[in-house]
Amino acid sequence: MKIYTYTEKKDTRSGFGAGLAELGRTNPNVVALCADLIGSLKMDKFIEENPERFFQVGIAEANMMGIAAGLTIGGKIPFTGTFANFSTGRVYDQIRQSIAYSGKNVKICASHAGLTLGEDGATHQILEDIGLMKMLPGMTVINPCDFNQTKAATIAIAEHNGPVYLRFGRPSVPIFTPADQKFEIGKAIQLTEGNDVTIVATGHLVWEALEASKALNEKGISAEVINIHTIKPLDEEAILNSVSKTGCIVTAEEHNYLGGLGESVARTLALNKPAPQEFIATNDTFGESGTPAQLMAKYGLNSNAIIEKVKKVISRK
Amino acid sequence: MPNIKQLEDLTTQVRRDILRMVHKVNSGHPGGSLGCAEFFVALYNEIMDRNDSFDMNGIGEDLFFLSNGHISPVFYSVLARSGYFPVEELNTFRLIDSRLQGHPTTHEGLPGVRIASGSLGQGMSVAIGAAQAKKLNGDGHIIYSLHGDGELQEGQNWEAIMYASAKKVDNLISTIDLNGQQIDGSTDDVLPMGSIKGKFEAFGWTVLEIEEGNNLEAILNGMAEAKSNTGQGKPVCVLLKTVMGNGVDFMMHTHAWHGKAPNDEQLAIGLEQNTETLGDY
Repeated sequence: MKIYTYTEKKDTRSGFGAGLAELGRTNPNVVALCADLIGSLKMDKFIEENPERFFQVGIAEANMMGIAAGLTIGGKIPFTGTFANFSTGRVYDQIRQSIAYSGKNVKICASHAGLTLGEDGATHQILEDIGLMKMLPGMTVINPCDFNQTKAATIAIAEHNGPVYLRFGRPSVPIFTPADQKFEIGKAIQLTEGNDVTIVATGHLVWEALEASKALNEKGISAEVINIHTIKPLDEEAILNSVSKTGCIVTAEEHNYLGGLGESVARTLALNKPAPQEFIATNDTFGESGTPAQLMAKYGLNSNAIIEKVKKVISRK
Repeated sequence: MPNIKQLEDLTTQVRRDILRMVHKVNSGHPGGSLGCAEFFVALYNEIMDRNDSFDMNGIGEDLFFLSNGHISPVFYSVLARSGYFPVEELNTFRLIDSRLQGHPTTHEGLPGVRIASGSLGQGMSVAIGAAQAKKLNGDGHIIYSLHGDGELQEGQNWEAIMYASAKKVDNLISTIDLNGQQIDGSTDDVLPMGSIKGKFEAFGWTVLEIEEGNNLEAILNGMAEAKSNTGQGKPVCVLLKTVMGNGVDFMMHTHAWHGKAPNDEQLAIGLEQNTETLGDY
């Protein structure tokens, strides 16, 4: 079994900041907007190097989404930056009409997604954003797993013509993907080979899935871990191929089970190859204040929880 | 000087288009459409500097954004009669498989439309973005937008109004259709907004008023003045005082025809009051 290690931890939002800075140097059409959260989104470098291509809109997210839509008319590629909650739920109709339905080339970049935002609590911990965004026709939904992948994804979405929701987070997490790995939208990455169970994970849960697979391997259970960084369009082929071999699947995400990655996977299996599935996700609940680790443990979103679900799903085969 | 008679004839024809479009499908919004017929005719024929062919990015031309998308009949009629698509296509308004959706959209690829609108309050932000793109592109053309007065009750407008002056978006002329009516009644009955002029001025805009918003000469003069006020560091607001349902006597001065189509008899009366000038579609 391939063992993954890391030497450094970093927040995925810094990966976004690094990717945006690189785009500032390489793509003159890229512009950025922020609703009073420059530091939190790590947009400083882009702004420092391209002040004329940055728009501080203040605490007015609805206006930001509309301005971003307008900037595309004239050939700009706008990247909006704010927290995931304010990037989706707060501005759903603006995104729906002015961006998605209008087919505008806006990149909605959302930090502090999920429980790992931590102490600020449930007002800021959105667990519904993947569902909201994946339901919009034409919207691409991406949730990368570490600093390197978030940077690569940020750069890749500039080349994609169409609206994109890019979801990342606040906490420092292990960097384990190669810095030079090209990001292919909609292309799953198989991280380990296994025969007993498929674990499909997205975002911060990918590392937890790898940790779980290590522990499972020691107990004689071989898990195939797949990094699904793109939730829409979903790499159905990769999932089906793996489940054909393993016969069961656990999906893992920092999101409500309603509307999340797990539901998309369940639909794929139902239509093509029904198989036992267990969900690592929040259970139709809001979050609360706490440290990221406490919250992920309490709501069952860590490697220990994955191990338990793997045992359960294998018993259902 | 523009030939006012020609513009008046076109306006009459546009009114006929509006009435016939909404009558055919027994739905749509004739009141606000009729009230803005002169404005659209003036805008597309005299005020805007437009390229011959449609391109989404609109580089090197003035652009227009309709925020109150429910007045799509007047928008579609004037777009068709400005050459963006065949006038015969007005026959498909609100029908299945049509590019002329109930509210305007880019989704079906209708030339002349650059943003979907209908859910109110979003158009000014879009117009501001397009104006800032023009500045980045070194394109000295103007962005025009139109908004209902009732639409100003949507909060996003005030985010946009605050932003536009703060960021000196001075290549933007936003016109407010001040007809004093909305679906449930007069704007003063539904939610009094006080002085819209005072509010825009307090937010740092240059505000001009066109008292006779259904008079072509008044519109041409007012909009020329608005254009002369661009490039001065402030966005420009035009308060266009119109009569809802203008040109069809029984539809005027009431909110009753905001979103209601005339029946056969009412259509006949409306068309009688607006005799054919340039040819029906």
